[in-house]
Amino acid sequence: MDKKIKVLIAKPGLDGHDRGAKVIARGLKEAGMEVVYTGLRQTPEQIVRSAVQEDVDVIGLSILSGAHTHLFPEIMKRLKEAGRDDIPVIAGGIIPEDDHQELRELGIKAVFEPGTPISKIVEFIEDEV
Amino acid sequence: MTKSVDRLYAEIKKGNENSIARAISMVEDGTKNALELMKKVYNNVDSAYMVGISGPPGSGKSTLTQRIVQLWREKDLKIGIIAIDPTSHFSGGALLGDRIRMNEIATDKGVFIRSMATRGSLGGLNSSIYDTVLIFSLAGFDYIIIETVGVGQNEIDIVKLADTTIFVTVPEAGDEIQAYKAGLMEVGDIFVVNKADRPKSHQMVLTIEQLVSFKEGKDVWQPPVLSTNALKNEGIADINEWINKHHEYLKEKNLMQANRKNVIRTQMINLMEKDLHEKFIKPILNDEKFEEFIESVYRKDKDPYTAVKKLLSFD
Amino acid sequence: MSDKDLEKLEQEWKENKFDKTVNRFGQRKEEFKSDSGRTIKPLYTPLDTEDIDYEEKVNYPGQYPFTRGVYPTMYRSKLWTMRQYAGFGNAKETNERFRYLLEQGQTGLSVAFDLPTQIGYDSNHPLARGEVGKVGVAIDTLADMEVLFDQIPLDEVSTSMTINSPASILLAMYKVVAEKQGVSSEKLAGTIQNDILKEYIARGTYIYPPEPSLRIITDIFDYCSKEMPRWNTISISGYHIREAGSNAVQELAFTIADGIEYVQAAVDIGMDVDDFAPRLSFFFNAQMDLFEEIAKFRAARRLWAEIMEERFNAKKDKSKMLRFHTQTAGSALTAQQPMNNIMRVTLQALSAVLGGTQSLHTNSYDEALGLPTEDSVKIALRTQQILAHETGAADTIDPMAGSHYVEKMTDELVEEAREYIEKIDDLGGMAKAIESGYVQREIQESAYQTQKKIENKEKVVVGVNEFTEEESKKAENLLKVDPEVEKQQIEGLSKVKEKRNDKQVKQTLKSVREAAQSDKNLMYPIVEAVKAYATIGEISDVLREEFGEYEGQYI
Repeated sequence: MDKKIKVLIAKPGLDGHDRGAKVIARGLKEAGMEVVYTGLRQTPEQIVRSAVQEDVDVIGLSILSGAHTHLFPEIMKRLKEAGRDDIPVIAGGIIPEDDHQELRELGIKAVFEPGTPISKIVEFIEDEV
Repeated sequence: MTKSVDRLYAEIKKGNENSIARAISMVEDGTKNALELMKKVYNNVDSAYMVGISGPPGSGKSTLTQRIVQLWREKDLKIGIIAIDPTSHFSGGALLGDRIRMNEIATDKGVFIRSMATRGSLGGLNSSIYDTVLIFSLAGFDYIIIETVGVGQNEIDIVKLADTTIFVTVPEAGDEIQAYKAGLMEVGDIFVVNKADRPKSHQMVLTIEQLVSFKEGKDVWQPPVLSTNALKNEGIADINEWINKHHEYLKEKNLMQANRKNVIRTQMINLMEKDLHEKFIKPILNDEKFEEFIESVYRKDKDPYTAVKKLLSFD
Repeated sequence: MSDKDLEKLEQEWKENKFDKTVNRFGQRKEEFKSDSGRTIKPLYTPLDTEDIDYEEKVNYPGQYPFTRGVYPTMYRSKLWTMRQYAGFGNAKETNERFRYLLEQGQTGLSVAFDLPTQIGYDSNHPLARGEVGKVGVAIDTLADMEVLFDQIPLDEVSTSMTINSPASILLAMYKVVAEKQGVSSEKLAGTIQNDILKEYIARGTYIYPPEPSLRIITDIFDYCSKEMPRWNTISISGYHIREAGSNAVQELAFTIADGIEYVQAAVDIGMDVDDFAPRLSFFFNAQMDLFEEIAKFRAARRLWAEIMEERFNAKKDKSKMLRFHTQTAGSALTAQQPMNNIMRVTLQALSAVLGGTQSLHTNSYDEALGLPTEDSVKIALRTQQILAHETGAADTIDPMAGSHYVEKMTDELVEEAREYIEKIDDLGGMAKAIESGYVQREIQESAYQTQKKIENKEKVVVGVNEFTEEESKKAENLLKVDPEVEKQQIEGLSKVKEKRNDKQVKQTLKSVREAAQSDKNLMYPIVEAVKAYATIGEISDVLREEFGEYEGQYI
């Protein structure tokens, strides 16, 4: 038996700042997880398709451009249409606290603010899965 | 056969993406249901045509793969891609980044991309790879691409599973050419020099042609060395043509059967080694007796050969 | 005092005083090292700088190798330009912010564009949904540009535009807006960032692959040397490389290496280095290590001057002068206890001033939370004004010269950067190094190591891993972009399209395509297209069809 936690790290929208996403991806890998990193400029369609095909345990969205207000609902909608809204979704980047409530209502399990240590994210994922 | 496995089998056959993905995960995790499923799959499914592709990082191999797939999609063929990356021996985790350069085909309904880690399998070849090939075949895919990065022994072991194996490089490869001596030259069916617009591209083509020219005999397959510019979509049709030619060659010389039996041979050896490791070696590794033996050998009270004999003796 | 005497003196001090005290009280850390791994000694003395020849390696301000500053008088004549990056929503809102900042004493403009604009998409493009006006101002056509600079005299104000892949288009728009104001192009002063290599490395707003992108850049060099001689054609940037996680040495080395690649590209197509090099400019980060940053800026000037002379045989002094803009490090600011960021920015800005920057942007304290409000950007501006007028930091030139620590580090940084540049040369230059992933891997490794150091407290970040608090107060009054902006922008775009002459648009786009297919300078047809109110998306799409798109990088 060789069960591994598989995580999708995606950068939705046009935002090109990927330092955080890459650091987290590596941190999760060093914690023993398999991380599928999609690269930049992912549409909601591409993100959901990746999640479906890779059958991931968690989806992590990284965004700093403020476009989460439009993109996240799109992603959650398509996830449901694909029959995989069972996959927990977490987010990080620059997402104002004012928006957190709305995002939780959408079904996003957690929003991590800048400065969150990798260990905290690893812990959260291990608990969720 | 449980009903849930039957249902899963049927859904895969229909091409249900969630089911395909789920089945691959089960196989990777090695669940009991996975075993049941794969028994049925092996008893019923013929493998679709497999194309293996590898090359050093920076060779543009993923772009090339994407272009080949786009060509096939024009003919309405369905493609499955298994993209393999190494598991870190240190952490057991892996970074699977092959999807990054395949954005254009990522939303194509006729393409299924699955990233896979080697998961510390002995060598690079993970038994889940061929299992996945068959799952894709059950789903009705016409071509299955097995792709990885690098030209080391592990990568060669992975891509030589395929019916047609392609190695990609770039004009500036330099040192990697040394690696081309063993292994690669024997395994590669098609060689591609990408980024053909670069200086020295012609020299690279000649160099590789020389290295593969040792293959003698009139019935032996002479691997072509092709020039491409994947970004500009040049030379892709040639690759496709040569894949078809190689396929014809295999059929003509009745080699398909032998090759597929080799795949099965490799798979079975792999499964046996896995089993033996699980049943006999792993328990020893976890036994404190093992640590004691290591101490004795270190203190020169025992030699490792005697120690191992003792450890493996079934008392 | 001879060196032998000094050595003896120092040895005595070490044995009799320093070591004895260390034995009693210890040192705060096991090892004192910079982020880039350089050991920091307890003390720097004349012995450390005795081999640094003043005339050869330091000299006087305005004299090769310009270590002490590019101009003979520096801030004695004129303070650095206080240039705050601004832009959000639509052109009208941004225009208001521009005029507010100018009223408050800012001395130059710096434009932030939204992501669709930066990536050559119109506001009605499917990929633009949710992104319009968010990280900067939305510009679709010349009409938006006209509103953006309404009531701003372009012959009096210099403007820096943070735009890369579509820089040619925005430059064309700026020129045409100025013309409509009656200002001729030769008078226009400003900068376009236009640095595509760092987009591939660290920032991500690329459109086309490297080769055609370099072609566009050299077209701009050529065009400006003829039509806009006061315009800075490029801002070769290290800021983003540092923000992506590199250390100071890497920031310095990779930026200079990018510069080398651009100069080489222009030289390769037959341009004379002295025709365009004087208008190259740079853009650096001001991070938290005060002295390392000062040394870095000095090292940058010296390194560039030496390279322009040795490698490219530049004859004019102006070709060897590294002029630069600085921005305080956004990544050093925290979401926790945001007011602390005011102090951070102050110290970062100080390093830039002591390092001789030509212009400076100071971040607002709410940087980690959202776009700056009028209040927070004002504080950021006041920070510069206090530095300029109350501290005396600008009253003498290059005050840190002669500091044994800073001079030694300046010298070391030059050497360390040269090592990297040599490695990149071996890889075939920066474009090839980027393609092979070498540069990105170096940066990612530094980024990861930094994260680990923060998590194990080797690197202290006040409020984040030490001196933390339960944050009871939520950040207040954050700037919000009006969700109506996108809708309005799209409506505005439709109106412009209705009013314009379609035939003219088609014709001018055709000329752009023809220029792309040949080796004619793209700027001229782009200017015509812009005059006809062709959109950024339309022009960029023509180039997409001719040049292809860059596909992203395997990490």
